Amino acid sequence: MVVSALSGREVAEWLEAGAPGSVERWQEQTVWVKPPSIAEVARFLRDNPSLDLQFLNSISAVDFIEYFEIVYHLTSLRQQHTAVVKSRVYSREAPSLPSVYHVWRGADFQEREIWDLMGVRFDGHPNLKRIMLWEGFEGHPLRKDYL
Amino acid sequence: MPIRTEPMTVNIGPQHPSTHGVFRLRVTFDGEVIVEVEPVFGYLHRGSEKLAEERNYVQVITLTDRLDYVSPMTNNQAYCIGVEKLLGVEPPPRAKYLRTIAAELQRIASHLVAIGFFLQDLGTLGTPLMYCFRGREKILDMFEMLCGARITVSYLRPGGVFFDAPPEFWTALDTFLREFPGEFEELEQLLLENEIVMVRTRGISPLPLDVAINCSVSGPVLRASGLAWDWRKMDPYDAYGWVEFDVPTGANGDNYDRFWVRMQEVRQSLRIVNQCREQIEPGSVRLELPLVLRPKPGAEAYGRVEASKGELAFYLVSDGGIAPYRCKIRSPSLINLTVTEHLLVGWKLADMIVSLGSVDINMGEVDR
Repeated sequence: MVVSALSGREVAEWLEAGAPGSVERWQEQTVWVKPPSIAEVARFLRDNPSLDLQFLNSISAVDFIEYFEIVYHLTSLRQQHTAVVKSRVYSREAPSLPSVYHVWRGADFQEREIWDLMGVRFDGHPNLKRIMLWEGFEGHPLRKDYL
Repeated sequence: MPIRTEPMTVNIGPQHPSTHGVFRLRVTFDGEVIVEVEPVFGYLHRGSEKLAEERNYVQVITLTDRLDYVSPMTNNQAYCIGVEKLLGVEPPPRAKYLRTIAAELQRIASHLVAIGFFLQDLGTLGTPLMYCFRGREKILDMFEMLCGARITVSYLRPGGVFFDAPPEFWTALDTFLREFPGEFEELEQLLLENEIVMVRTRGISPLPLDVAINCSVSGPVLRASGLAWDWRKMDPYDAYGWVEFDVPTGANGDNYDRFWVRMQEVRQSLRIVNQCREQIEPGSVRLELPLVLRPKPGAEAYGRVEASKGELAFYLVSDGGIAPYRCKIRSPSLINLTVTEHLLVGWKLADMIVSLGSVDINMGEVDR
């Protein structure tokens, strides 16, 4: 395997230095960060030359009923390593966290899709509207309580 | 006195033969120059991710066929690798070779469609398209021998493949490997140095590498911009670690480079299939797994392959039940569309359809 996975501990230590107070906890290959600091964390992950995570593979949202987990899969094309960053949003009425659109433009459609299907808002996204469904559709179908 | 022009907004699609499916572009023109473009999609949204939560792990395979319906084998592959990671199992070597052969044949078929329609978009009125479909047809016939279907294959299974290949498949494959390189050379001679193709595609809609990376573009589009990034090399799965192949890259990331990279990748895929054909040995093709799979609660996996359009991945989360708790599809077609605006604005109407064709999107995968 050419690409290696960064351990959660390693990423957490970097984040403690670059964005103090943003890390919630880490485990194996995952770091959990506090939702309000995600944009700051994203910028640090991209711009720090040792981490160099300039490629956003995907953003996923999982509905765990008591919280939404937003998962960022990242890759550094130069350093050839990957990292997984997660963030938990505890709200069902109006879940929201900052957008990473201005850090990784590739987040554009994926954040819109999560808003459309999962109902998590991304603050600071310049064009956050429904993408798969039509404007006026009620509800967010990928939520576990949507039948 | 300069002539005053007025911008005009035009809808291209959703029902339009050259938008490659039900896809709509809201384009604002100034004369014939594009000043603003907004891609609109969702017309083929079937809720595959939600449907996957209601089916067991093996049944979901049939849904993956219908994502990128020009490249179903690689979709199966991404999903099966995801489930195998969830379970922590590895398929036997013969299965890995069969999967690699199927996936590479599929890549050839998918690239042939991409090349054929790209030229169709240029206005070639069918001749190169038919040359491309000649090769693709033989591949689909071979898929029929493997699994009884041409498009909705569902051939791969977590832990291997459904059936071993029948003897007639190997005969057909040998014939294909003998005949196809010559047919493909014909196509190369016809197109690669073709004056009209060059004039119409060289330097049109270039995509700088930094924009491509920032927009999460992957696959041939990223490689055409000059970066040799291929998950088959970077994170070898199935039999890719045991075969040799090169990763062709373009220099300018223009329409010609995207087309050229695909042409070269067909050659590389043939190399891989040839090596697999030589290396494959008899053995079991499928692990003995329970019919209904139950990964550990809390397990998660990111099953990733280099599909013909780019990085295709399934992010699977298990709650210990018989169905995935969450099955997120990272679709390369959707994410490659992020650069539409960058590719089209400032260029003319006549190049718009060609540039869109050079990205090679598939609406089944964009909308899911």
